Amino acid sequence: MALLDVEDLSVTFARRGQRTVHAVDGVSFSVDAGEVVGLVGESGCGKSVTSLALMGLLPKQPGLRVGGKAVFDGTDLLQLDDRSRRDIRGRDIAMIFQDPLSSLNPVIPIGLQVTEVLTRHRGMKGAAAEKEAAALLDRVGIPDPKRRLKEYPHQLSGGMRQRALIAMAVACQPRLLIADEPTTALDVTIQAQILELLKDLVRDSGTALVMITHDLGVVAGMCDTVNVLYAGRVVETARRRPLFREPRHPYTVGLLGSVPRLDAGRGERLNPIPGSVRDVLPWPDGCAFAPRCARRVDECVGEPPALVLAHDGRSYRCVNPAPAPGTVPTPAATAPVVDDPLASAAAEATASPVPAPREEEKP
Amino acid sequence: MFRFIVRRLLQLIPTLFGLSLLLFIWLRRLPGGPETAILGERGTPEMRAAIRRNMGLDEPILVQYGRFVRRLIRLDLGTSTSTKRTVVTEFVERFPGTVELSIAAMLLAIGIGIPLGYLAARRRGRFLDHASVGGSLIGICIPVFFLAYVLKAIFAENLGWFPASGRQDPTLGATRITNFFVLDGLMTREWDAAADALWHLVLPAVALASIPLAIIVRITRASVLEVLNEDFVRTAEAKGLTESTVRRRHVLRNSMLPVVTSIGLLTGGLLSGAVLTETVFAFSGIGAFIYEAISQRDYPVLMGFILIIAVVYVLVNLLVDLSYSLIDPRVRVR
Amino acid sequence: MTITTGKKKEKIDRLSELAARDDERGVSLWKEAFRRLRRNPAAIVGAVILGLFLLVAVLGPFFVPYAPDAQLWKGEIRLGDFPGPRAENWFGVDHIGRDEFSRMIVGARQTLLVGVVSTLIGLAVGSLIGGVAGAAAGLGGRWGRAVDNVLMRFIDMLLAMPSLLLAISIAALLGAGLTTVMIAVGVVSVPVFARLLRGSMISQANSDYVLAAVSLGVKKPKIALTHVVPNSLAPVIVQATLTLATAIIEAAALSFLGLGNNDASIPEWGVMLADAQQYLDSAPRLAVLPALAIIVTALGFTLLGEAMREALDPKLRK
Repeated sequence: MALLDVEDLSVTFARRGQRTVHAVDGVSFSVDAGEVVGLVGESGCGKSVTSLALMGLLPKQPGLRVGGKAVFDGTDLLQLDDRSRRDIRGRDIAMIFQDPLSSLNPVIPIGLQVTEVLTRHRGMKGAAAEKEAAALLDRVGIPDPKRRLKEYPHQLSGGMRQRALIAMAVACQPRLLIADEPTTALDVTIQAQILELLKDLVRDSGTALVMITHDLGVVAGMCDTVNVLYAGRVVETARRRPLFREPRHPYTVGLLGSVPRLDAGRGERLNPIPGSVRDVLPWPDGCAFAPRCARRVDECVGEPPALVLAHDGRSYRCVNPAPAPGTVPTPAATAPVVDDPLASAAAEATASPVPAPREEEKP
Repeated sequence: MFRFIVRRLLQLIPTLFGLSLLLFIWLRRLPGGPETAILGERGTPEMRAAIRRNMGLDEPILVQYGRFVRRLIRLDLGTSTSTKRTVVTEFVERFPGTVELSIAAMLLAIGIGIPLGYLAARRRGRFLDHASVGGSLIGICIPVFFLAYVLKAIFAENLGWFPASGRQDPTLGATRITNFFVLDGLMTREWDAAADALWHLVLPAVALASIPLAIIVRITRASVLEVLNEDFVRTAEAKGLTESTVRRRHVLRNSMLPVVTSIGLLTGGLLSGAVLTETVFAFSGIGAFIYEAISQRDYPVLMGFILIIAVVYVLVNLLVDLSYSLIDPRVRVR
Repeated sequence: MTITTGKKKEKIDRLSELAARDDERGVSLWKEAFRRLRRNPAAIVGAVILGLFLLVAVLGPFFVPYAPDAQLWKGEIRLGDFPGPRAENWFGVDHIGRDEFSRMIVGARQTLLVGVVSTLIGLAVGSLIGGVAGAAAGLGGRWGRAVDNVLMRFIDMLLAMPSLLLAISIAALLGAGLTTVMIAVGVVSVPVFARLLRGSMISQANSDYVLAAVSLGVKKPKIALTHVVPNSLAPVIVQATLTLATAIIEAAALSFLGLGNNDASIPEWGVMLADAQQYLDSAPRLAVLPALAIIVTALGFTLLGEAMREALDPKLRK
């Protein structure tokens, strides 16, 4: 059984006098223990709201409704009361946020911000907590941790701040770590370091990681399984390699086509997806991506496309998917996908070669 | 820290210089000139001429200013025309009363204002929020002296719960040490004297606290609302900290920053309000004496008091800045 | 070197684009703010109060039943006992036999006059000082900073005195009277306006679109007048509305201290309130009426000012 099973999660914001916003509209995915799962999509596709809903961190406001199920280790996270949720947060499920500066309390030393988790969940106090905090900072690669404990967030560099946040997140060896765009606010070289650090931590501790990102390079470098989100729904799920080699959903195809590539021929142009996330069709009326889709056919409009389970454990939500391997590709679908996009995209993102995935991929 | 204080004190010099210049000009431009300020309006022309000569008013203006400044530095601010005592003596005698009153009012404003503002923010849009926002708007708009009169009429004259005037019942014959009556009572263990002084403080302090209270409620509420939306509060929640830890350590501490800044500025308002409140309650402090000085045309007192108050006000703001740097490490100086 | 100029160029290109867009928004900003103002109940309450107040202040004095300073009922005054509200005197008679209703109506005009004139004094002088300091600091280079420094030290000096004491010292210098009150209350608000306009101008001057205008070769005085000043005005207008409220209250305080208007023929709420304090026991209405009038009017200005501040707040704009 999976560590986390999200089933038909929906988040809606209803406001008086305005149309109800379906921020998350039936997201389902699962995370196995020790697995790295990516949630990928453009901004506004609902990936951050998904993670906040799982953590119970959505800002309380009238009109907010969360539906569906999110079963973590046998308990439905969405049904928990506030107290048990606080017990799980930080201990079993931890989260890392996008902007390390604003995510740290500016008027409290780093040390206290680390030890407060230890005190809350592991009952550590005083010198023992300090020592453990120093060890944690050391583990996430912060030099001279004893001194850093006494410093304030504004005295650290961006990369160090993100490391400190990671230290706080892994302080109780959680079984699930959710990282919401953890590298977006950082310089490219620092991004690579942070990704490497996350990879090491996950591998060493067996923590499962949900990686929320819009950066396909990050996905290529880190994730075992990838869920592509569009307009609040998962439109395609696949293991990493098959997804990059032969994307089926036209949106995934489009995402891959939007990444600039070094090995593209001169004069070859990028294939951006026309329009923006705002041009969506409400899911009940058909495929939300239809207005922007190059492979649109008449069947796309009318009712939402059903989830198609393909032979190799992948699934996608499309009535006219890009052709499966073996058939003759149509130019529209495969133009951007050349040879092995995985390796080059990863190389661009992490500036370091990515080890090939261990498991054999079924063709 | 030490260098910061020294630098801030040095920055005071131009301000004080300007103030002295302003007051120098002010004193010379007064109707009738400085000789009237000293003689009152009774002096004969001969006396006026004598004083003008004595004061060196026929000398070049720069020399006069130099002398004026030298006197200021020696803390020689002249003599009150109404009580014939030196301005400094009068000030020292009356200042403790105003300090006592201001501290009481400020404690009241902070003690009620911060919790109220915090609760209003947490219960945003509910009754308590609307009530405290509405109440603070009205609080700002009520003239302090009118509020003082109303309080006095209701709680002192009609209900008789509190004394209507003064700082202490003179029949107690309390011992005076520092002129801080409450403190004196505590030091000499004359508990009844301390309690009585405290009792006398209640109504004037409530009247004086009205505006700072209203402002502190509004600032706290706005600041808490802003901090509640900050990413680091979400981080604290994500760590699974208990609600009270999140509230104390993360929300309140950060939302106090603007409140502390405002407290320095509110001190100015307290000193202004003290003139009105002390007058209504015949509370013997610098405020009531300033009112008397206005009606008696006691210009040396008026000028001297204003100068000293300006210095006190600036020093209070310096203190506030220093304490600010204690709670916010980002502005901490080393 | 080439890299930096290249980058700069790129930045500037982006910025001039932004600047063009910003102008567009500048027009709709006010429209948008007004739209949000109309939906805010506090703004509507404030506007209604002020509308009534203006109506009474402007037209009222033409319709008052009696001259405000005529002691027509002098004969009916007994010690501590004045005729209360009745058919010929709606609000009763004051302590020396004048019609309270007429005095309240005429007083509205005087109160408005004091509030508006003193705010205008503060606004004009403060904006001049703040505007020059802001323009000098933001665009004027080294000499500009020197000018800014001198002006701001002067402002600091005014700020070093608690407001009422500053007003008192000015009033003591000029002698009691209506003009005195206006000047004294006006001067008190000078530093507020000066600092506000300067601060907002400096932040505008450091903004990207001004950099764009500079890089496009627009002359500095022109930038100051066409870009920086208009964009800095919103907070100043909000402050002026709020200052009208405090001006009315401070004028009342000066009247209470005996420094206010001493001309009996032009009644003013502050003076009426101050005069009535002694009769709080026997005829509380004499104090309560002007006090309520002052509170409600000040509340009207405050509500409208706060609502404007909210409507113009860029953080809330969406």
